[in-house]
Amino acid sequence: MKTIYTPTPLASHPDEVRVISKRFGQGAHEIERYIQLDGYKAARKALEMKPEEIINEVKASGLRGRGGAGFATGMKWSFIPKQSDSPKYILINGDESEPATCKDRLLVEYDPHAIIEGVIIAGLAVGAKTGFIYLRGEYRYLLEIMERAVADAYAKGFLGKNIFGSGHDFNILTHTGAGAYEVGEESALMESLEGKRGLPRLKPPFPAIKGLYGGPTVINNVETIATVPPIILNGGKWYAAFGPNEKNGGTRLTCLTGHFNKPGVYELPLGYPANKMIYEVGGGIPNGRQLKALVPGGSSTFLLNREEAESATMDYDWFAKRGEFLGSGGVVAIDDQTCMVKVALRIMKFYQHESCGWCIPCREGTDWLKKTLIRFHAGAGATKDIDQMLYLANNMAGRTFCALGDAAAFPTISIVQKWRNEFEQHLGGRSCPFEKVGDRQAVLV
Amino acid sequence: MQYSPQLEQRFQKLVSQYPWKRSALIPLLLYAQDEVGYLSDEVIADIAKRVELTELEVRNVISYYSLLRTRPAGKFVVQVCTNISCMLRGAEEVFEHCERRLGVGHKQVTKDGTFSLEEVECIGACSWAPAVQVNYDFHLNVTPETMNKLLDDYQNKTRQ
Ligand SMILES: Cc1cc2nc3c(=O)[nH]c(=O)nc-3n(C[C@H](O)[C@H](O)[C@H](O)COP(=O)(O)O)c2cc1C
Ligand code: SF4
Ligand code: FES
Repeated sequence: MKTIYTPTPLASHPDEVRVISKRFGQGAHEIERYIQLDGYKAARKALEMKPEEIINEVKASGLRGRGGAGFATGMKWSFIPKQSDSPKYILINGDESEPATCKDRLLVEYDPHAIIEGVIIAGLAVGAKTGFIYLRGEYRYLLEIMERAVADAYAKGFLGKNIFGSGHDFNILTHTGAGAYEVGEESALMESLEGKRGLPRLKPPFPAIKGLYGGPTVINNVETIATVPPIILNGGKWYAAFGPNEKNGGTRLTCLTGHFNKPGVYELPLGYPANKMIYEVGGGIPNGRQLKALVPGGSSTFLLNREEAESATMDYDWFAKRGEFLGSGGVVAIDDQTCMVKVALRIMKFYQHESCGWCIPCREGTDWLKKTLIRFHAGAGATKDIDQMLYLANNMAGRTFCALGDAAAFPTISIVQKWRNEFEQHLGGRSCPFEKVGDRQAVLV
Repeated sequence: MQYSPQLEQRFQKLVSQYPWKRSALIPLLLYAQDEVGYLSDEVIADIAKRVELTELEVRNVISYYSLLRTRPAGKFVVQVCTNISCMLRGAEEVFEHCERRLGVGHKQVTKDGTFSLEEVECIGACSWAPAVQVNYDFHLNVTPETMNKLLDDYQNKTRQ
């Protein structure tokens, strides 16, 4: 099968801080080029460090999981028991399926060795000898790039037996999925890698104690793990200093999508003002329109209205203080000519489709909400439906086995609360006020 | 079941490389489908044997994953993302254009077997929306016009 490199346009803006994107567009998928560009120095350095020193450096960096949940990475690693009868594993989550999120693919395409190097370092930190890199099935050309990078690292002696002549052994396997959002959830990811349906597992036991093949397992997002080598090379403090404080350290790849003049993936420091992100980096809203709503980090997050979006800072704390989430880095701008009922419907349609059906609040809740939203958008909603939707969504949140139930509930709650007037405008058999005559009346279902 | 020598070699490696054999199941299925076109009864029986599972267990896994299919698809599977970032930039128009031009709807195959059409969820190309995937190839910033041209190109490939 031939490899096709997507001509992915690289965006750029002067405010970007290129820590993990610094090698993009430099041919670093070639191992020799990667080595020229400081590659594998961090792994060599980590081989000289004690496991606790590695973990402490990552703790000091303030790095938090870039997969969406934002869990402190150093802390996560420290939960792995030192002694274990069963082998320990590093599992890299490259399922990248959260709508609006398109950053992990760039790391695999332009800097695959940074991922390998990060996995080696994580292995040294927790005492694992095997790492898995799981990529979603749609990313076939990226899997081929990743496979080649792994093979090149083996050929150099950076993987396999006695890596870098250090006496340590370390192996990496690449793995393809076959289409499913839910396998991005960490326990479902392990099930999928074990060759099963992607149903989540009950926790506890947590993966750090009993994970993949029953062994203690670290699960990290692609971007999280690619950030580890620069942290080890330059120090945790150095990385943390790019962000506003040690709990919001460093930079992250921010995917600007939807109604931006300059959509693209930009590496921005944590704590970056959302106002500048929208109007300077993203170039503002096209066609002379105004911003109506902003999805801050993947379709699972609470949406912000314009005033909120213009005063937000893109860090974990700003959102946590409101009981909300920074999310996965997938930002969506929505302009004032867009129907929010339709936005809610499209988002719900996705979660309904992806629900694994294990728990009733998620399975039934997403189905009911989707049906209600379809009816509403077609002009057949009733006033009581508005509160009913809020009631349903509120009762899904926090009551499911995995966070997909929350992911479906949060955007819905925020849309119904903040744009209730738009729901009211759809009442009484009126057609959607935002769609011209002859346009589609409902989202494809 | 007879696969190409390259695929057979890959299969041998896959079933031996994981701590548990079963881990090879999903890659085996996807790679077999790439070569055969779909997961026929024969392929399922063969793969079940390789990973020491029952056919029922294998079918149970197949039904979970959206890329796996047990019926033939078109030579080119046109997958149009209509999720939020793509929808906001005109993905529905692109999808509708495909419906009109190909004369088929979601998950249907054209009569000549050249194209399958699917509306899909986010394919991780949201900053270059609307995004379309044809088999494994990504096409970015697609409009109804460029989609039309793209379909021409694929159509022409069948004549070569
Ligand atoms: C429904 C659902 C889907 C998820 N999808 C992804 C995903 O595609 N990629 C990812 O890295 N994390 C995803 N996550 C988060 C993972 O469960 C997990 O928190 C993450 O991979 C841990 O890595 P990190 O700490 O480095 O972020 C998902 C979570 C849920 C509940
Ligand atoms: S919340 Fe939804 S996706 Fe998660 S386990 Fe329950 S039914 Fe499955
Ligand atoms: S929303 Fe279409 S590719 Fe992500």
